[in-house]
Amino acid sequence: MNNFSYLSTTTAKDATAAVTGTKGAAFIAGGTTVLDLMKLNVENHSELVDINMVPFKGIEQTADGLRIGALERMSDVGEHPLVLQNYPMISQALLQAASPQLRNMASIGGNLLQRTRCGYFRDVAFPCNKRQPGSGCPAQEGENRGLAILGGSKSCIATHPGDLGVALAALDAVLLLENAKGKQRRVPLVDFHVVPGTTPQRETVLEPGELIVSVTVPAAAHARKSMYLKVRDRASYAFALASAAVGLDVQGGQIRSARVALGGVGTKPWRSVAAEKILTGAPATEATFRAAAAAAVRDAQPREQNRFKVELAQNTLVRALLELSAA
Amino acid sequence: MENEPAFFETSPKPGVVGKPLNRVDGRDKVMGKAKYSAEYPLPGLVYGVLKTSAIAKGRVQSIDTSLALKEPGVLQILTHLNLPKLAKTPNDPEGKKAIGAPMGFLPMTSDIIHYAGQPVALIVADTFERATQAAALVRVNYAAEAPIAAYTDKRAQLFNPEKIQDGKADGYTRRGDARAALASAPIKMTAVYTHAINHHNPMEPGATTAIWEAPDRVTVYESTQGVTRTQKSLSAYLGLPQDQVRVITKFIGGGFGCKGSCWPHTVLTVQAAKAVGRPVKLVLTRPQQFTSMGHREDQTQTLTLGASKEGKLLALIHEKTSTTSPWDNYAESNSKIINLLYDCPTFESHYELGRANVMTSTFTRAPGEAPGSFAIESSMDDLAYQLGIDPIEIRLRNYAEKDPSTGQPWSSKSLRQCYARGAELFGWSKRNPKAGVTKNGRLLVGYGMATASYPVHNSQGTARVRLYADGHAVVQAGATDLGTGTYTVMTQVAADSLGLAPDKIRFELGDTKLPTAPNSGGSVAAGTVSSSVYMAAQDVWERLTKMAIKDPKSPLFQAKAEDVAMENGRLQLKKDASKGEDFKALMKRAGIDDIEGSGQGKYGSGYEAGQSAASASDAHKDEAGKHSMHSFGAHFCEVQVDPDLGTVRVTRWVSVHGAGRILNAKTARSQIIGGSIFGIGAALMEATARDPHYARYTNADLGDYHIPVNADIPEMTVEFIDEHDPYINAMGVKGIGEISMVGVSAAVANAVFHATGKRVRDLPITPDKILGTKSV
Ligand SMILES: Cc1cc2nc3c(=O)[nH]c(=O)nc-3n(C[C@H](O)[C@H](O)[C@H](O)COP(=O)(O)OP(=O)(O)OC[C@H]3O[C@@H](n4cnc5c(N)ncnc54)[C@H](O)[C@@H]3O)c2cc1C
Ligand code: SF4
Repeated sequence: MNNFSYLSTTTAKDATAAVTGTKGAAFIAGGTTVLDLMKLNVENHSELVDINMVPFKGIEQTADGLRIGALERMSDVGEHPLVLQNYPMISQALLQAASPQLRNMASIGGNLLQRTRCGYFRDVAFPCNKRQPGSGCPAQEGENRGLAILGGSKSCIATHPGDLGVALAALDAVLLLENAKGKQRRVPLVDFHVVPGTTPQRETVLEPGELIVSVTVPAAAHARKSMYLKVRDRASYAFALASAAVGLDVQGGQIRSARVALGGVGTKPWRSVAAEKILTGAPATEATFRAAAAAAVRDAQPREQNRFKVELAQNTLVRALLELSAA
Repeated sequence: MENEPAFFETSPKPGVVGKPLNRVDGRDKVMGKAKYSAEYPLPGLVYGVLKTSAIAKGRVQSIDTSLALKEPGVLQILTHLNLPKLAKTPNDPEGKKAIGAPMGFLPMTSDIIHYAGQPVALIVADTFERATQAAALVRVNYAAEAPIAAYTDKRAQLFNPEKIQDGKADGYTRRGDARAALASAPIKMTAVYTHAINHHNPMEPGATTAIWEAPDRVTVYESTQGVTRTQKSLSAYLGLPQDQVRVITKFIGGGFGCKGSCWPHTVLTVQAAKAVGRPVKLVLTRPQQFTSMGHREDQTQTLTLGASKEGKLLALIHEKTSTTSPWDNYAESNSKIINLLYDCPTFESHYELGRANVMTSTFTRAPGEAPGSFAIESSMDDLAYQLGIDPIEIRLRNYAEKDPSTGQPWSSKSLRQCYARGAELFGWSKRNPKAGVTKNGRLLVGYGMATASYPVHNSQGTARVRLYADGHAVVQAGATDLGTGTYTVMTQVAADSLGLAPDKIRFELGDTKLPTAPNSGGSVAAGTVSSSVYMAAQDVWERLTKMAIKDPKSPLFQAKAEDVAMENGRLQLKKDASKGEDFKALMKRAGIDDIEGSGQGKYGSGYEAGQSAASASDAHKDEAGKHSMHSFGAHFCEVQVDPDLGTVRVTRWVSVHGAGRILNAKTARSQIIGGSIFGIGAALMEATARDPHYARYTNADLGDYHIPVNADIPEMTVEFIDEHDPYINAMGVKGIGEISMVGVSAAVANAVFHATGKRVRDLPITPDKILGTKSV
């Protein structure tokens, strides 16, 4: 870890100005990602601009749906009655993530910007295209058990490790962003994260110094009836080997609308429109679910150690759909 | 003395050995008052931080420290170029032996890099943060070569060592003609088992605080399982007489074997303190912990067994191949337990090692017994299923009435009772003999069991008792408390042997100034230290008895020493309890405030608790070790397996052990629970991944190296069989630290087989290894 300066700000304007104006500066919210990576020398920020006093707060129902301030804590959002009732998938994704201590610190905005757990990325002694563009990707033929089978490239197969983003991708969430000029823009969550291609160092469309202000999730029947299923190496406090965020609106045995996203298997939160297409209008049966699951992983490109994820992701998705439709 | 813990909640009643006394140091720990080795705020203390190698093989071409040295507060940067000279290093066999080093190589004594994470510089600064920042600024240029990551690498040099485990065990063993017996055996089975690299990962990482009290005298606060072993190692390193090195360890946050030896960071910190002339503290970071204090090696075992159609073992052949460092021939001795667990007339074992660019592996809780039992106990399960015999029954058919590996009788063995009681507690009789048929909704339910065994290792140590005329006592032994309860159980033993209530006893440990005790390792501490405390108390009574029988004012005047016994702090005639007196009265009359005794606890010196050592009957002495001394036990496990998601959850657990005298029902239960959880970790999730090309770990942190969390562990039932072993030591204590994890991974794997019909022989049993399993 290197020495850094620390600046606490109370407005978006000051915060964005500080980060835009200082080379190597970064925002800090809960700090559970940024400090972790600084201790590993993976990130070397010269200044941390604390945004915890910026009023990006609130968990409320608006005309557009559920609005969550970017600085709300994972635990507060996960336990909020509104979220529990109308967006159970979001609550489940949050409360199955990390540990209670981390969830009490970690913010919603920070969660979406957490970085991969790829072991090569996290150790500066290794080459890694994401950390050091052009240095190579040892994961392709190395320890890739935890890495992505969907959305990878020859440059990088790092998994987006988070859970919240998967739920938000499924439910058509939209992010509100604000830059140093005070200009705001809306970006759908599914367009916020980008696949690595040849530039794995670029993970989102967020511009330098731009802030996440809030997240909005439209209300829908498939949001009210939704669930998040996470499979991991131990019963709690582990990242997903595979996860499925599913929402269903079933009427008289027919699926009227469906939402599907996969976690733990993609280089970004992996919304599967292909699976949704198969589900929509079809009978809510295991056969339908299996077909949808097969479609969801059709483009999978597994490596040696993560081949099992092709089967696991499908089984996880099928199980989630079965449990949800039986509920 | 602020070093010493304040004791609390000791029972005010005498007669406490075996009782579930609360930990005497529990309150201090909960309140943060218990001081660990990195928590001594010595005047002038400065901070050491290691810079470790980015490559796994090659040389340091140059180190540029100029930028780092310019940082404010930076006092010194040690590298191989300026490390103060040591009297000895482990780099040659003679030095290694003198030091008792766990590894025949000390980093920073040359430019050679043998493994990733090897220290290349030690930065000292006035704050931890400044030392950390400076470490990032040290620039190291390497001449890298392609490393070898494991024995599985085609380029690895494989060989059959004559000796393994630092010369302590044979690389080849043969008893009878196993090949011939196998050839004619009606049933033959061969299975291959692999075990992932495991790291001990104690909560408290390696930590050293070193202060030179004089140019030739150093004190080291060290997180170690043995203060004396560390003292001896450092005195050899430094060329100082042993008494000029003082090692203090009052509290340890877990060790599990990795703190059983003096590792490089300790001596480097001592040298740093010398170089800067100030006390230096160094705490390993969690990633550094993975490359600083050893690990359980990656290994493959091939176990071949021959048996009769009735399931009687006829031949066992065990082969193990594992990774070792470029210099040492280290392998856990897995074959020992396989050689003695069952009555099998023939046995053969071979070890094969592959040199790789890794540090030397080391003892990890139940070294050898844990992975060895995985192989034999899985294969016994196979045999049971193949022959349609209940897994307990197959073990009873092969029950070893004496130690097959030596032919000696057991000093005691309660394994039959362990099986019976464990089966009863678990409800084993409800088990469907068929695998893959018991269900709970979508989940497959399986029952598994396995045998546990662990030797009572040869060991000895001394303790001192100082009994005061006011009815208090200070009892001392240079033992360590790994968090397991040494403070507590020794207080109990002292209380009963002195006839005092525990709150009148202060037990001190963890300092080389105290009488020498063994390392807390190999499960020897409880037995050896308790016996030495007991013997020291006997010494006090003998002295007091001598005083009494010479004192005309004593009711015991002119009595024969052998006719006098101690009862609840009273010296009295064995035949007439009314004739006697309290030790306080005796001491007051003699005008002495306190009296000291010392005693030695020794393996094989008989079980004489409650009697005076002077009258110990020879029949119960076993100095020559004519008996084979082991603890035995059985684990029972229920798992629920999700065949679609691959998850395995342990849902019930029963462990029953016969381990001699149990000193404290509560701390003993906690030990067995802890060891079982350790074993469940190895069975289901623990694995350090080493990149095959870079020979460097890719998950060296607790976020990605998984150990069990609460949600992984069910309520556990633990019982002990009441066992009186007359041979092992004065207290009849066998020790339970390691047997608790022996057989655990097999019990889990056997339950997984029963649930799914799929035999997983490759630990850990993660979801990817279960997938593709449907109920059969
Ligand atoms: C051991 C461990 C286990 C974990 N397990 C899980 C898990 O199972 N599932 C899971 O989903 N997550 C998991 N996490 C990740 C955790 O949820 C994230 O670290 C956390 O959500 C990040 O939030 P933060 O507020 O602490 O972010 P910070 O560390 O403060 O910030 C992270 C990044 O986001 C930027 N940033 C923060 N807020 C904003 C904003 N409003 N606008 C723009 N930029 C911003 C920062 O500059 C920084 O680059 C785990 C983390 C750890 C350490
Ligand atoms: S997968 Fe991505 S993050 Fe991992 S080593 Fe390759 S480039 Fe780096």
